[in-house]
Amino acid sequence: MTIFSPRRFWAMVVKEFVQMRRDRVTFAMMIGIPLMQLILFGFAINSNPQNLPLAVLSNDDSEFSRTLVTAMQNSLYYRVTNVISHESEARKLLDRGEVLFVLTIPQDFGRLLARGDRPTVLVEADASDPTATGFALGSLDYLFSQSLNRDLLGPLLSLRAQPGPVDLRIHRLYNPEIQTKYNIVPGLMGVVLTMTMVIITALAITRERERGTMENLLCTPVRPFEVMIGKIVPYIVVGYIQMLLIIVAAKVIFEVPILGSLPLLLAVSILFIAANLAVGITFSTVAQNQLQAMQMAFFFFLPSILLSGFMFPFQGMPQWAQWLGSVLPLTHYLRIVRGIVLKGNGFADIAPELWPMAAFLLVMMVVAVKRYRQTVD
Amino acid sequence: MTLPGPQASQSRPAIDVTGITKSFGGKVVVNNLSLRVEQGEIYGFLGPNGSGKTTFIRMLCGLLKPDSGSGQCLGMDVIRDAALIKTRVGYMAQKFSLYGDLSVRENLDFMARVYGVPDRKAAVSHSIERMSLARYADQLAQTLSGGWKQRLALAASLIHGPELLLLDEPTAGVDPKARRDFWDEVHELAGQGLTALISTHYMDEAERCHRLAYIAYGDLLAKGTVEEVVAARGLTTWEVSGPELYELAHTLKTLPGVEQVAHFGNTLHVSGPDRALLAASLAPFHQGPQNFREVATSLEEVFISMMNDSLKGGKG
Ligand SMILES: Nc1ncnc2c1ncn2[C@@H]1O[C@H](COP(=O)(O)OP(=O)(O)O)[C@@H](O)[C@H]1O
Ligand SMILES: [Mg+2]
Repeated sequence: MTIFSPRRFWAMVVKEFVQMRRDRVTFAMMIGIPLMQLILFGFAINSNPQNLPLAVLSNDDSEFSRTLVTAMQNSLYYRVTNVISHESEARKLLDRGEVLFVLTIPQDFGRLLARGDRPTVLVEADASDPTATGFALGSLDYLFSQSLNRDLLGPLLSLRAQPGPVDLRIHRLYNPEIQTKYNIVPGLMGVVLTMTMVIITALAITRERERGTMENLLCTPVRPFEVMIGKIVPYIVVGYIQMLLIIVAAKVIFEVPILGSLPLLLAVSILFIAANLAVGITFSTVAQNQLQAMQMAFFFFLPSILLSGFMFPFQGMPQWAQWLGSVLPLTHYLRIVRGIVLKGNGFADIAPELWPMAAFLLVMMVVAVKRYRQTVD
Repeated sequence: MTLPGPQASQSRPAIDVTGITKSFGGKVVVNNLSLRVEQGEIYGFLGPNGSGKTTFIRMLCGLLKPDSGSGQCLGMDVIRDAALIKTRVGYMAQKFSLYGDLSVRENLDFMARVYGVPDRKAAVSHSIERMSLARYADQLAQTLSGGWKQRLALAASLIHGPELLLLDEPTAGVDPKARRDFWDEVHELAGQGLTALISTHYMDEAERCHRLAYIAYGDLLAKGTVEEVVAARGLTTWEVSGPELYELAHTLKTLPGVEQVAHFGNTLHVSGPDRALLAASLAPFHQGPQNFREVATSLEEVFISMMNDSLKGGKG
């Protein structure tokens, strides 16, 4: 009795494909979930938040400083909620989340500006939610030079030249990694794959048990490992379809620049997809029914989203959370995707993230095959 | 009315197990069961619901592990060689267990692939032909009626040319014509040397088997040919016909020596284990308006009698 027979494995694959084709609901879910998530997260990114609270700490009351504040108000991104006179107050407001920005105008700002000394204007921002503050901060440079330029008349005209009349300093607090909006869309690829792949396979074996087809399957010579990978392989194909969907959306709708090699990304993704499928298969060997399988999938999905660095910057998490996060495939995959897409990483750069996923996959497969009962009791 | 048995017990039996026991959560479901089925035999496996038939059959094909007991199936050890046995046994579960979302042909094709049937396409076509499934070949299995589902399941269990068929209540919920066709099919297969163990609780089906075993609440109560089983129980049965049978039935039930009184159409069957006692009890009623005559005891009376005993024995 062979441990693995390609023929029996292929029988499983063919069957799964036919069933997948017939199961419209699941099929719709496989395409629908990526689209839905893209819309949810994607438009959260594009929603361009306005009227964000701003505290102003002005040590100068020249016409120029008033111009700056007015310009910020007029841009609609900012809304002055506090006028303060002390540095300590600024930090307090930011800490408490009462304001997202503090504008600090130095002493003698107007005089320095008129002299062409490019005075420093400091904007401190709560960057823990980069999607909220990104647009507002991005507009500042342009806002300042445009508004001041209008005031720079006559002898001051020469100051309009580059590099601009003021020296704008932006301090992003709470988010040293400076996540940008680009971080999210590639990250979504990992999130969507985690969600759909785990759910789909978590249902795979449970469904056979619930429908009673397991009884027939167990009576055939098919081996546990053949059932497992026979159920994994068809969904790898699905995973790739989802990936392509997101990549196209990232490029076309969200205009995320893809710096690294797409083939490399596609190649290493197989490890991540397989790891998630193995999790699902493991769940489905444990779950008594499809509802339980579904719940388990969500229990896996939550920490994956929270601890992987998708929602919160990984470095900012407490040590224990980082350890937990390091076990999850999504953590490593996010680094790979962001590395390849945003930083143009090559294979050597991402290699260290591959083996933890491979180890995870291996452990999951062993657990699944061990848990797969060959009897019906 | 014994059917001509298989060519005398040559070589090794197809199934030969002893002392098979299985409990679920402390409740003994199959109790120390021993069974021997010769090659080419159609063996009926009877018993009321919940008596352990399914459990026993599942143990034979490796779906369950017996708690104790041993034996062989097609010359292979039931415990140790479970994986090997699977390749040579065809199993048809009590509940339809093929894929409802695959067509008839796809289901058969899947089974043929899994068993590594040579020349798969031809084998599948042949099987569709043989079971007269051609009309439904491309229909999803879940849309078939009970009788056709059962034919498909039989076709699937035969696709790899097994030597032993284990059929668990194959005809439950199937119309009489389909049942008749099914049994004809089984007899034809047996004629070609296939052995079949078939569980059922239809009495007429029991009589279509070469031999049978009766199991109630885990215990094997009788085995042999229909005649042997009936004779071994030693019941006497009287048939009563005439008016006012319902009133009469109530009276008869209370008499000494009467074990069971059952309505059969326009007649009553009265039976008991003690021939003389029963005759004496019934004698006074011969003067009444009804006709009394002694008839052959049927399998049903025997089984009811055994079941009553085993219930009285404190099992259940
Ligand atoms: N997997 C199981 N777990 C617990 N009890 C079971 C299981 N399978 C069967 N039983 C119990 O064993 C008894 C015999 O069941 P079964 O073998 O299905 O009887 P039959 O097929 O003769 O109707 C029943 O009381 C049933 O409830
Ligand atoms: Mg049963």
